Amino acid sequence: MNWLSPILLFLVTWLAVYAQSQGTFLRDFLGAPPTLLPALVVYAAFTHGVIVVALLTTLAGLWVDSLSGSRVGVSVPALFALGFLLNTRQHLLLREQRYAQFWLGLAGGIAVPLVTAGILQFTGKDPAFGWFTLRQLIVLGLLNGVACPACFLLFDRLRGMFEYQPADPVPYGMNREMKRGRN
Amino acid sequence: MFKRTHYIVLGSVALLLLVLLNLPAGAAARLKLAVGGVFLPLFGLSSSAQSFVDRASYDLLPRSVLVSEVRRLEQENVTLRISAAQGADALAENNRLRTQLGALPRGPWKPRLARVVGREPTTWWRTLLIDYGSREGAQVNQAVITPDGLVGRIATVGFSHSQVALIGDAACGVSVLVAETRDQGTIKGPQPTTEAGIVELNTFQNSPQILAGHRVVTSGDGGVFPKGLPVGSVLDTRPASAGLYTTARLRLGANLNRLEEVWVLQP
Repeated sequence: MNWLSPILLFLVTWLAVYAQSQGTFLRDFLGAPPTLLPALVVYAAFTHGVIVVALLTTLAGLWVDSLSGSRVGVSVPALFALGFLLNTRQHLLLREQRYAQFWLGLAGGIAVPLVTAGILQFTGKDPAFGWFTLRQLIVLGLLNGVACPACFLLFDRLRGMFEYQPADPVPYGMNREMKRGRN
Repeated sequence: MFKRTHYIVLGSVALLLLVLLNLPAGAAARLKLAVGGVFLPLFGLSSSAQSFVDRASYDLLPRSVLVSEVRRLEQENVTLRISAAQGADALAENNRLRTQLGALPRGPWKPRLARVVGREPTTWWRTLLIDYGSREGAQVNQAVITPDGLVGRIATVGFSHSQVALIGDAACGVSVLVAETRDQGTIKGPQPTTEAGIVELNTFQNSPQILAGHRVVTSGDGGVFPKGLPVGSVLDTRPASAGLYTTARLRLGANLNRLEEVWVLQP
């Protein structure tokens, strides 16, 4: 069931964008809206094809902009660049390692808002930007750093529930090997 | 290095972005509202859950508490009706005088209740979503308030929802005056602080007479906000630009972090 994984990913992304616009407790605690999109994009880039990554990043960016004061489309380039770069370079990265997932999530959590802020400045908008932004970037980086390995764990488990499991390895032991001929 | 698919995807997304970022403002706003429609089921679900919790909490309240609350509200209602009658008389007198002076009479505000259903999902703006759209009569630039003070203005209008730019956002400048000294100034965004309850006011001239605790209300200049809406109170002041004008920090009357219901003022 190969279609299930992308559907699940789109569904979680949709809920993540909605959750980003809700609640005040976590927002007050973090000092920034709790965005998990960079972590989800990192996961998608390592486990899905480039078409799914492009669709996911485009839709996620449009969904965020639809609830935000930003112009529609502004959030797409940063998410797409992150997904596209990781997707094309995935053979060079230790994607199975938890610490690599953490650092990629952290880098994505910092880079995505930073690039978006750059685009907003470049297009003549006037986003709220100051020393407090540094703290927000660190918080968002750490949040996505923690969320990224969690995404891998969660989605791999969910996929495991619905997909065929790989067959057990053949119960073959070296000590049972029959040697032919004379030694 | 890249496969053919990569080039096609890259080109498609680049083309899409080029189109999106160059759309006329009206079309971009309509597209934004159309895309935001995918969240309507979740907003509806959230509203239903909220009303269910409210109803359940009412059922759990003891009768004695409800009776005492009804009595308190009845007394408050009588007091407010007396004040309203007094206010209506003063308004009629004010309008008669304004007519004699050749100014347009000031109509009464028609506040409509709206519920906050979403908040800004990015760190760059200060906005929120309310369940009050064009079907309820929402229009761009209508003032949004709470009984404690001004909240902001409607920035974009959808069929069932509208986006409100809060005080301190780049899209919501407010002309204000200090009630005690009548000094005028503006609150412009974006504000250099993340504290949603604090904004900075710049007066048009040096105003050392402004003191902590002075009340700040809308001045009515600009035509967006009616005159006299409470905004907040002065926390402290400092001279700015070598004493050419004064910058005052205000504590907003409305707590923008804890908004659940707001009132939209219809003309």
